Amino acid sequence: MNALTPQLVNLFASALLLIAFAMLAQRRIVTLINLFAAQGLALVGSTVTVALATGQTHLLYSAGITFALKVLLLPYILHRLIRRLNVKWDIETLINIPTMMLVGIVLVVFAFNLALPISEFSRSIARGTLGIALACVLLSFLMMITRSKAVPQVIGFLSMENGLFFAATSATYGMPMVVELGIALDVLVGMVILGVFLFQIREQFDSLDIHHLEKLKDE
Amino acid sequence: MEILALLLAIPLAAGLFLWLWGEREGAPEVNSAFSFATFAAAAWLTATVVSGGPIMGFDEQFFVDPLNVFLVALTAFVGFTTSLFSRPYMRIEREKGRMTPARLRLYHSMYQIFMFTMLLALTTNNMGILWVAMEAATLATVLLVSVYRTAAALEAAWKYFILCGVGIAQALFGTILLYFAAERVLGAEGSALLWTHLNLVKGQLEPAILSLAFVFLMVGYGTKVGLVPLHNWLPDAHAEGPTPISAVLSGLLLNVALYSVIRCKVLADGALGSHFAGNIMMGFGLLSVVVAAFFLSRQRDIKRMFAYSSVEHMGLMTFAFGMGGPIANFAGLLHMTVHSLVKSAIFFAVGHAAQKAGTQVMDDIRGLLKVSPTIGWGLMIGTLAILGMPPFGVFASEFLILTTAMREHTWATPFLLLALGVAFASVFSRVQPMVFGETPLSALTHQPALTPVFVHLGLGLMLGLYIPPYLAGWYKQAARLLG
Repeated sequence: MNALTPQLVNLFASALLLIAFAMLAQRRIVTLINLFAAQGLALVGSTVTVALATGQTHLLYSAGITFALKVLLLPYILHRLIRRLNVKWDIETLINIPTMMLVGIVLVVFAFNLALPISEFSRSIARGTLGIALACVLLSFLMMITRSKAVPQVIGFLSMENGLFFAATSATYGMPMVVELGIALDVLVGMVILGVFLFQIREQFDSLDIHHLEKLKDE
Repeated sequence: MEILALLLAIPLAAGLFLWLWGEREGAPEVNSAFSFATFAAAAWLTATVVSGGPIMGFDEQFFVDPLNVFLVALTAFVGFTTSLFSRPYMRIEREKGRMTPARLRLYHSMYQIFMFTMLLALTTNNMGILWVAMEAATLATVLLVSVYRTAAALEAAWKYFILCGVGIAQALFGTILLYFAAERVLGAEGSALLWTHLNLVKGQLEPAILSLAFVFLMVGYGTKVGLVPLHNWLPDAHAEGPTPISAVLSGLLLNVALYSVIRCKVLADGALGSHFAGNIMMGFGLLSVVVAAFFLSRQRDIKRMFAYSSVEHMGLMTFAFGMGGPIANFAGLLHMTVHSLVKSAIFFAVGHAAQKAGTQVMDDIRGLLKVSPTIGWGLMIGTLAILGMPPFGVFASEFLILTTAMREHTWATPFLLLALGVAFASVFSRVQPMVFGETPLSALTHQPALTPVFVHLGLGLMLGLYIPPYLAGWYKQAARLLG
């Protein structure tokens, strides 16, 4: 381990956070998927750095899973999906991007405050980044709330998973392997089911606009 | 230990088999046969635990103690009876054209996978695997909720997927924090997420981390319990999915989610040494009871109404476990059991009633007693039981919860009494005209399976009048475990 390692981890962490903000404001679905892949790559980068610096070999496997799943497989499935659903060049109208950015900044401050007393207990070299991880989770949450199309909501959901994985590597040196495998399996199966589901929605409504899915209410 | 493997292997193998075998004439019977095998394995496991004490298996990854063994038995039992109910129910749906062979294949296969995920969640000792199993349970049921492919069903399934997905993501963050606290004490080995290990060292876990972890775990699993204000998915998913799925969601999945919360509470209590976790649970519970009771009166759809009734009862149980102490925990466990039996029985009756009327709108369902007395009586008795009329088991548990609340948390009693009163008035006034009165409806094409309804209600009645000593001992043991 040398002085460069924490710097590198911080660099990847800030990339993660920056991409989360970029996703919040991105209107094109294709670019959104690419951003998601880039976020996965930043996650892999930080995991590999921590793994090499501390000699935790199981983190390397974890990074491998993340790379295969979040950088290659899921973006591939998503690209295929939007091509087949014919929404590849869709542009979403987002109202009030500046306000959303401001809300995002408030969330980041909140996350840092929440994580600060806890990250002091961490022995991980990446402990300062727990706040960033929580901020990424909250930003993805915000993205899911503000989107009105199905595919961006799904991407928000997956990006939330990225933030959680980052939290796992920054608070501890990753979760036990069996748990990580289970989570990866759930994410993959969930993605496949979502794909099926999106086709069902399109078949029924001829669009992927979530506004069609707001009919059920209590009288 | 072999028995544990068998318990999990049967539903998993059944799910794969029913998928590969495809939809054939006998598939519903095969589904029931597999469910019966699971039930037999669960009964055997129960007998083993009752006679020989808690068992561990597979490198301590699985753990069965008095708390989860009774939920395993209950889950396998209701899973079996629901599969019996679903045979004629799904045949009728198929004749109506609502189910196609492809959908039935999905339904039977996913039904078994769903049972597998719940049993895995109940028996695992690893808090991480618990999370994985809970998420898998959502994934297994989301396509079942949307199986009719109507606009409303798709919306319900989408809401279910997104809300529960986001909720359960919070629980993952909580699990990560839990591991973070545990790793400092137990080391970064696989054992740091094992509940039994955590339970031994819970006093040494860092309180600051554990309190934050519990909040996230509570919100995450609480979404799946259907606690207000995280309950939005629940009425939609219950109303728009097929009725056997409503029965197992209400009767089983909510229980399993609450079980996860309770396991976390035991750890949080030990680490914090305060009533912090209990207070949060009481708050969520009380809010759910009161809000759900007032929503009950506004429903027009029969399955939606009983879904809100589930929110109310889950709130009551959460409140009971939040109060803690031997009596409240005992009452909570008893309430879990009777609610799951009675509520699934109600959904069985409601399913056939709605098929008969061709609608779920309560104003259009009339005079069930005239066309088929068994469905009518089943619905009536079930409703009385769930509303807490003596001598049913719900009365006993609600009575215990109320008296404990009066003694220890007097301020909460008026809210609980008011909510129970409102719930009684709104549900009973809705069900009464559906059961009695005149009707133009005709009989169903298949003989409905009503044995499960009366078996469940009979058990609910028995638990109100007489709890067998071994069962009572068992509840007491589990209640002590919860502290």
